[in-house]
Amino acid sequence: MVEHGDIRVVHRGGSKINFRKPVITNDSRFLLCASGESVKVFSTSTEECIHDLRGHTDLVTGVLIKPSNHLQAFSCSADGTVRLWDFTDGILIKTYVIGYPIFSIHASPHHEGVIFVVTPMQGDKRSGELFQLVAVHLPQSGDQLVEARELSAVLTGISSNPAATVFGRGGEYIASANGLQLEVYFFKKQKAYRFSLKEDNKKGGKNTFTCVACHPNDDCIATGHEDGKIRLWRNFNHKKEYTYSTLHWHHSAVSSLSFTPEGTNLLSGGIESVLVQWRYNQENQRDFLPRLGAAITHIAVSPDGALYCTSHSDNKITIIQSCVKVSAVIQGLVKGESVGTDLMIDPRSKSLVLNGKPGHLQFYSLQRDKLLYNLDIVQQEYIHESGLQQFEVVKAAFDASGNWLATVEERKQKGAELELNLKLWAFDEQTQSFVLNTTISAPHEAQITGMCFSHATDSQTTMLVSTSKDGHFKAWQLAAQSQTDADEGPSWSCDFVGAYHGLVPECCSFSADGSLLAVSFQEVVTVWSPASWELLTTLSQPPKAIRNLCFGRLSCSKYLLGTTDSNLLCCWNLLTCSLEWSTSMDVSLLLADPLSENMAAFCCQAGCTDLFVFKPSEPRPLFSQKAVCSGMVTRAVFAPREEMLESCEESSQWLNRSQLYFLTQYMDLMTFTTKTEEERLMASSKQLVIDDSVAMTPFYLLLGKHRQQQQGGDDPQSGVSAERTPLPQGSVAIKELLQTPAHVLPSTSFLCSMFVQSLLISVTDSREESKHAEEEMESEKEEEDSEEEIESSRTRPEQQAAVGGGEAAESAAPAMTKAQVRELRRVKKLDHSWLAGLLDS
Amino acid sequence: MGEFKVHRVRFFDYMPSAIRAMAFNSHTERLALVRADGALEIFNFADHYFQEKVIPGQDGRAVEALCWVGQRLFSAGLNGEITEYDLENLRPRYTVEAYGGPIWTIGSNKQGTLLMVGCEDGTVKMFEILKERIQFQRNLERQKGRIVSLSWHPSGTLIAAGMMDMIRIFNAETGKEMQHDPESREVVVWSVAFLSDYTIISGDSAGKVQIWDGLTGTLVRTHLVTKWDVLCLSVSQDESSLIAGTSEGTVVQFQFISSTVDQQEEEWVRTRTFKNHSHDVRALAHTETAVVSGGMDTQLVVRPLLDKVEKNTQESAMRKIALPHRSLVCCAKKAGLLLFQFPDHLEVWRVGESDGHGEENTHTHTHTHTHTHYLILPSPSSSSLQVSKLPKDLCLGHQLCFSSDSTKLFASSRHSSVIVVALNQLECKYLHTLKPKSGESRLALFFSSSYFQLDKLSIVAIETTVTIYGSVCLQLHCTVPIYSSCPTAIAIHPTTSHLVVVHADQQIFEYSLVQKEYTEWSRKLQKQGLHSLWLERDTPVTHVTFSLKNPAHIILHDMFMFCIIDQSLPLPESKTLLYNQMTLRSLPEQERIRHSHAFKICKNFKHVMCVSLLEDHSLVVVERPLLDMMSQLPAPVRQKKFAT
Repeated sequence: MVEHGDIRVVHRGGSKINFRKPVITNDSRFLLCASGESVKVFSTSTEECIHDLRGHTDLVTGVLIKPSNHLQAFSCSADGTVRLWDFTDGILIKTYVIGYPIFSIHASPHHEGVIFVVTPMQGDKRSGELFQLVAVHLPQSGDQLVEARELSAVLTGISSNPAATVFGRGGEYIASANGLQLEVYFFKKQKAYRFSLKEDNKKGGKNTFTCVACHPNDDCIATGHEDGKIRLWRNFNHKKEYTYSTLHWHHSAVSSLSFTPEGTNLLSGGIESVLVQWRYNQENQRDFLPRLGAAITHIAVSPDGALYCTSHSDNKITIIQSCVKVSAVIQGLVKGESVGTDLMIDPRSKSLVLNGKPGHLQFYSLQRDKLLYNLDIVQQEYIHESGLQQFEVVKAAFDASGNWLATVEERKQKGAELELNLKLWAFDEQTQSFVLNTTISAPHEAQITGMCFSHATDSQTTMLVSTSKDGHFKAWQLAAQSQTDADEGPSWSCDFVGAYHGLVPECCSFSADGSLLAVSFQEVVTVWSPASWELLTTLSQPPKAIRNLCFGRLSCSKYLLGTTDSNLLCCWNLLTCSLEWSTSMDVSLLLADPLSENMAAFCCQAGCTDLFVFKPSEPRPLFSQKAVCSGMVTRAVFAPREEMLESCEESSQWLNRSQLYFLTQYMDLMTFTTKTEEERLMASSKQLVIDDSVAMTPFYLLLGKHRQQQQGGDDPQSGVSAERTPLPQGSVAIKELLQTPAHVLPSTSFLCSMFVQSLLISVTDSREESKHAEEEMESEKEEEDSEEEIESSRTRPEQQAAVGGGEAAESAAPAMTKAQVRELRRVKKLDHSWLAGLLDS
Repeated sequence: MGEFKVHRVRFFDYMPSAIRAMAFNSHTERLALVRADGALEIFNFADHYFQEKVIPGQDGRAVEALCWVGQRLFSAGLNGEITEYDLENLRPRYTVEAYGGPIWTIGSNKQGTLLMVGCEDGTVKMFEILKERIQFQRNLERQKGRIVSLSWHPSGTLIAAGMMDMIRIFNAETGKEMQHDPESREVVVWSVAFLSDYTIISGDSAGKVQIWDGLTGTLVRTHLVTKWDVLCLSVSQDESSLIAGTSEGTVVQFQFISSTVDQQEEEWVRTRTFKNHSHDVRALAHTETAVVSGGMDTQLVVRPLLDKVEKNTQESAMRKIALPHRSLVCCAKKAGLLLFQFPDHLEVWRVGESDGHGEENTHTHTHTHTHTHYLILPSPSSSSLQVSKLPKDLCLGHQLCFSSDSTKLFASSRHSSVIVVALNQLECKYLHTLKPKSGESRLALFFSSSYFQLDKLSIVAIETTVTIYGSVCLQLHCTVPIYSSCPTAIAIHPTTSHLVVVHADQQIFEYSLVQKEYTEWSRKLQKQGLHSLWLERDTPVTHVTFSLKNPAHIILHDMFMFCIIDQSLPLPESKTLLYNQMTLRSLPEQERIRHSHAFKICKNFKHVMCVSLLEDHSLVVVERPLLDMMSQLPAPVRQKKFAT
């Protein structure tokens, strides 16, 4: 076996953004959320991801704005560290090592220098279930890496759910719910009160606590419960005279509760995917924001109360303006419990296609890590209720050109017949989306096991083959033109029904040129000619059923590969109709790269999955990696690259044309990356980080590129780039001064002398002086830019052109004109007044 | 114990009428309750919520409001009269016409010197409370609409009156209107409460509970409680809690609590909601520890506030009082006749024969009086009911009783006396009046007579005192030692002449009339104490009877069970299983004896009105299922239920 050091398995996009409650910054411009092993900073207005704060080595379990500095944020992780970030610049400021896995983080502005983290209980055999809230005194030290050892337990036996622990009014108390018990701990009195509920009430409602929220100004704790009730607790500083009122609208568990910053409203959400806004103290008046798409898992409110944001179970964050309007949706890769369809690549957009929202197919751009759009397949209202059987998309296939999409949806109800629909979608050039062409209800009598299009790109007719558990496989063809109604376009109809000895067909596969169709009937592989529908040959490798079937590509198209349940990988030569070679391995998934001869086989061994990449014609694997991930891999896809990778190393050449993505059993999307690719990515990410807090919108990127090009174009135009002397340090200093955040800068007095020095102009060539001035002007403009982005960028090209023109003229006539001298003076004066203003401030 | 043939009677369609008004006297812990038919009931909350007294209603006397003034009870109704009740003799003492049209509300000041009523014609009339009667004092300024609700400020100077669309505040001394708080749309202010800090709380037909500042007349808070009406309000004694009853059947609690832990500033916050009624909650009372509510669904519900009582005690259990605490059914044991007592008529049924499929009973007789004030018992020996002209003295009787040989009839009368009437086939003749020793002027509540050594005895129970008279010599025989709790059922054993008394606190006493002392068994029972499960039952025993075959058996029943006490068996220990009938059945014969104890309890029957043993050793059980009663109620306010 060959081990390759430079190929790594990485998360690349598609990680959960709904794992923990997102945080909106004080100015409501950014949204921070934990996403896998990093913290993502999104712009609330443009939905773009601005920064990816990387540094944790395990799952990030909580994000929090630092209460004493609203420009910094804490994040905690299961790797036992708390990190402090400057999220506007994406800089890691400090790392506090706690030493125990952390499950959530809490802080209050009234407890300065202390953060509260939830860790598993130590020295307890049942530590898997019991957690404690620990106060961590953050040591004051200038080091990057600080070990925080001053820990003190506050509450023990609490829930690990971060929504179940919350600070009360003014940080005076902390409320924590676990199971059927609510515990309120008063810091001043150091006294805890516990309130328990009965397990069930008479009407069968479950009283288990699910979440807690505290009113910011009043002593009122709102708790959500399993049966959909919300209780508002008051007078909880008495053992006995506590009281609560009950609100009931949700029919299932309340998953999240949040008070608005002024405490005028209470927000609640649950599986109904309706955001409910209760007026505090007038609970009969409620506002609803329905149809949010999926069950609400978290609710966050911006500190100024203008924005609400809800996380949803379909990996989505919705930003809502004052409970009326959905203003932005940040959609991650939608991941359900499982993927019914295979992972597919849309040949047109090169996006990853798989099950998305219930009843939808999602088109997810892997390059941009963004959901492009959802295609509603089922076209039925989804009812948000657990345990309800609804139509699901179970199979989907694209044809080679991406003109046709076939989908299968099914609904299996207990005691009722299976409902099946085969839908064929045509790509509409005008609307740039798929339009339903044909719906075939009940295409088969039983579940469809496999479906594929003929891959031939040159043939006039497209063919679809579907295999079913009813013992038949059917070929569907686009009828040229129906005679009855001419105004309707061509539609699909059944062309051929095939069977083989009453066996159940499992897999089907077309050869690359579309001349052969292989259908596996348990242990027998039948090869058919789609042109004449005659059975050409049968191949058999007893004793177990065929699991995967795959034709070779390009130079290896004469080979047909199959895997069986009895841990066998076979390769048949179709010219000789004989077994070329076979090897014993438990292949869970076999797939062919459409752009090369390569084939990838995922083998499940001892709870781990190994990957082998090979060519059917060569006995040695091109690449193999053991223990790619734990568990079985059942879904994977080769995604073609946008631009080819030039890797000369033999072991990583198979990744040149396409990239291999696969889903682990925990629904994590992983991929393989090479060193060169990583380097390129790092470089590009550095490029992206040059500018400051401007949201990285596509519009900005477009203009930014344009500007860069112009700047590039400037130099040859001026023709002096070669002879340009190193610039005085002034402009750099200004840039540094203005672009680094205030809290990391040294004191002003220290900076001042350096700054003033930099502004003194050494008497050299006058032309250089003017250039210097220009440079300064430019740097000045650059920060204007940050304030009025659009305006300045609109005016820039003209200015640049003017400057460029001026310079050109200058080089032609070395002596300065009077006007130029005057201008230079003006610039200097302007500069100084600006500096004075800065120093005054 | 053996097996019985059971006549299961379910055709006694007794229907209590809706609860209309309520008043709680916190000094005596008595709750006065008036029903839609005008019947008044007094419950003693100190004595296990026992229904002490009942004053039957009268035709055309719909009572709208009740008011305690000290120990005196006043009521006012839509017939425009104010009535004071004589709670000793259980009858209205006098009525006073207010001359203001129908009266909607009545109230008194805290000092107990003045009574005010709100009338249809828009006047608030003040009455001075004198020792024996009330006297009209003056009218307050007349308003345009009817006065629906009234509340007196504790200082006695201000009165808040709820009317159509507005609340008016009067000065109680001058009678001048001070200000009014107009409502926006057409609403009826069903209830107002004036608190000592000059806060007025109103409940109206728009479903709102509103909190007003009574000094300035400004609205402080509005709590929308229901889509329909808020019908009644009640404030606790310390003014820290308020309850509002709605026509949805819910009772909503508000509490006066500070919004933050340390601050003193308090406000009214809606807290709990109780849903114990299916129909309108028309009457509410806020006792110190509980919320008492009643309404259209005829049940009286006592819901303890869990923050005021100890958890998991008898006090913290919720009580629903659906059936009266007295026996409305009589059984003629020899003849197999059942007498059902309705508020305005009687029904006599004969117990029929069963062919195994169902009961066949024949309705024999219906006897209609205008209002049955008293109970008629079929005489034990006669086969049919004797009706003849009764002497004049019997015009007000609350209890009747035949002697065991059917020659004498006893009737309770005013001033704790008992009238004895001799009966023969044709006529009845006044014989004697049994008078108590002391000059107590209370009406006898229970009595029973028995046949013992040729001397006929009758017993009289007045509240907690039980007195026994010899009826041949017509003299006082003896008095049973006084026990603190009310007796709920009394009977004399026909052969051993032991008197069995069951009290409201579930205690059982057996008193020998010969030795004039408690029997050995009773002493043993007191010494050992009753089983805790027995004491925890929340309905009183309403009837005691005896087995003719086995003199050691006492049969008694409450609403949810009947019990046969076998005096020959050992008493249950505190740790033994009280309800052991099922476990006994599974045990072998020898084991059974070891495990059996004196209390044999049968819970097969629910909502039992009467259990009686007939001569032929068959059991008659009269049930009145609550569901049947519920189905006879009018449809409640329509409510949107989730998922309908």
